[in-house]
Amino acid sequence: MTRTAHRYLPLLLLALLWEAATRSGLAAGLDLPPISDVFAAWFQMVRSGELIGNGLDSLYRAGAGLGLAIAVGGFAGIFMAWFRHVHVFLGPLIEIFYPLPKSALIPVTAFWLGFGDGSKILLIFLGCMLPVTIGAFNGARGSEPVLLWSARGMGASRIRMLWDVVVPSALPELLGGIRTALALAFVLLVTSELISSRQGLGFMIGNFGAGGVYDAMFATVLTVALLGFIADRTFLRIMRWALRWQE
Amino acid sequence: MLLAFWEGLAQSGFVTPFQLPSFLRVVERVGSDIASGEAVTNAALTLYRAFAGFAIAGIGGVVLGMLIFRNAFARWFFDPIISAGFPMPKVAFLPIIILWFGVYDMPKITMIVIDAIFPVVTATILGFQGVDRHLVWSARNMGAGERQLLWQIMLPAALPQILTGLQVALPVALIIAVATEMLMGGRGLGGAMLEASRMADSPGAFAGLVEMTVLGYVVIKGMAMLRRRLLLWHQETQRPAGV
Repeated sequence: MTRTAHRYLPLLLLALLWEAATRSGLAAGLDLPPISDVFAAWFQMVRSGELIGNGLDSLYRAGAGLGLAIAVGGFAGIFMAWFRHVHVFLGPLIEIFYPLPKSALIPVTAFWLGFGDGSKILLIFLGCMLPVTIGAFNGARGSEPVLLWSARGMGASRIRMLWDVVVPSALPELLGGIRTALALAFVLLVTSELISSRQGLGFMIGNFGAGGVYDAMFATVLTVALLGFIADRTFLRIMRWALRWQE
Repeated sequence: MLLAFWEGLAQSGFVTPFQLPSFLRVVERVGSDIASGEAVTNAALTLYRAFAGFAIAGIGGVVLGMLIFRNAFARWFFDPIISAGFPMPKVAFLPIIILWFGVYDMPKITMIVIDAIFPVVTATILGFQGVDRHLVWSARNMGAGERQLLWQIMLPAALPQILTGLQVALPVALIIAVATEMLMGGRGLGGAMLEASRMADSPGAFAGLVEMTVLGYVVIKGMAMLRRRLLLWHQETQRPAGV
């Protein structure tokens, strides 16, 4: 605990600096509210339920999109490595769409599904699927031939080999791909909510910004940043647990 | 395959032309955008913003990474900021950036730098940490000074990692360039697409998507080629590359 506190001391110093600069009037031209006001606004929004309601909306969108992306992308990647036909079919598609800046899909998904939850979930699903697929593909392709041969030699069926040999050896890269997708999900979520939405954290940020309620806006921005951070750290923990068999 | 599917779906009447305009119409639209110079200007604007931000993030990231590697105070100060800031969705800070820098090129490039610098810094630190000790010892033994050691031995040895960081940062720069253009306007491919979607001009939006796919493909492939050229001496170049 004290080690963590010591490690993050510079962040605390920055926060103190922020407070001092705004209170003393040094940062007067910056429209920067003192950090204590930001905290006050945060507690007030939590108590009124505004932050929690919108936060749950946002998390639902990100979670649903990412969950679908992991399920579909993971299977697609492993099948691509396992069946040549799937690779021939999907490989070129992935190569073309991988470099597409994913934020370009925002207007298109809005054309398809309007401005509600559906278009955001679809956007996050499409954007996050490729990193997951590529992670799964690279991982599964790299499974050691020796392991596969010995599994076959011991009489394992193709399905068993897939499940017992290919999937575990694909896991490290698959999880790495999911971690990339997780960060991307937050970026796409916030951007699409800022552009077109009636609820969610991104909508709150845009709304407070347009209304000039800067302490509430900063509080929401920091909430989003913190959520992204917590999600990543939690996933990292899951990843370490899932890969604990590696040395 | 995909194109045939697209055209078939659009012609079948299963979806409205608004949801999915016929591919031929979209291609026509791309052609007329290029002929009028619109697409070229917008692509140039987007590229300029993305590359300006990418260049600043690249140079700044490598310098900062080296500083963190060499200097204990810098490490103490920046390490928590990097490790907390990397996973954060930094686009959320965009309204604040707009508040401070306005809505023209400056805030867009600033946002790109903020987003793209993290992978470069972490990759640089990892790269320097991973330099083979024997390499450093033998260079010292042959009388290399600290400065020479840093620039002539450590930097090239860390280059593969640094390039990987840059290869992560480049798509990030493109994504953020397009996203900021959508959020703030100011033309560029993202701005043009958002305008098309506001006007419910669906061929225009799909044309933007096609243009961006091509642009992204060219940029990312160009970066991969650059990597192969720069690392001609490295063993990874001799191995056939994957996807």
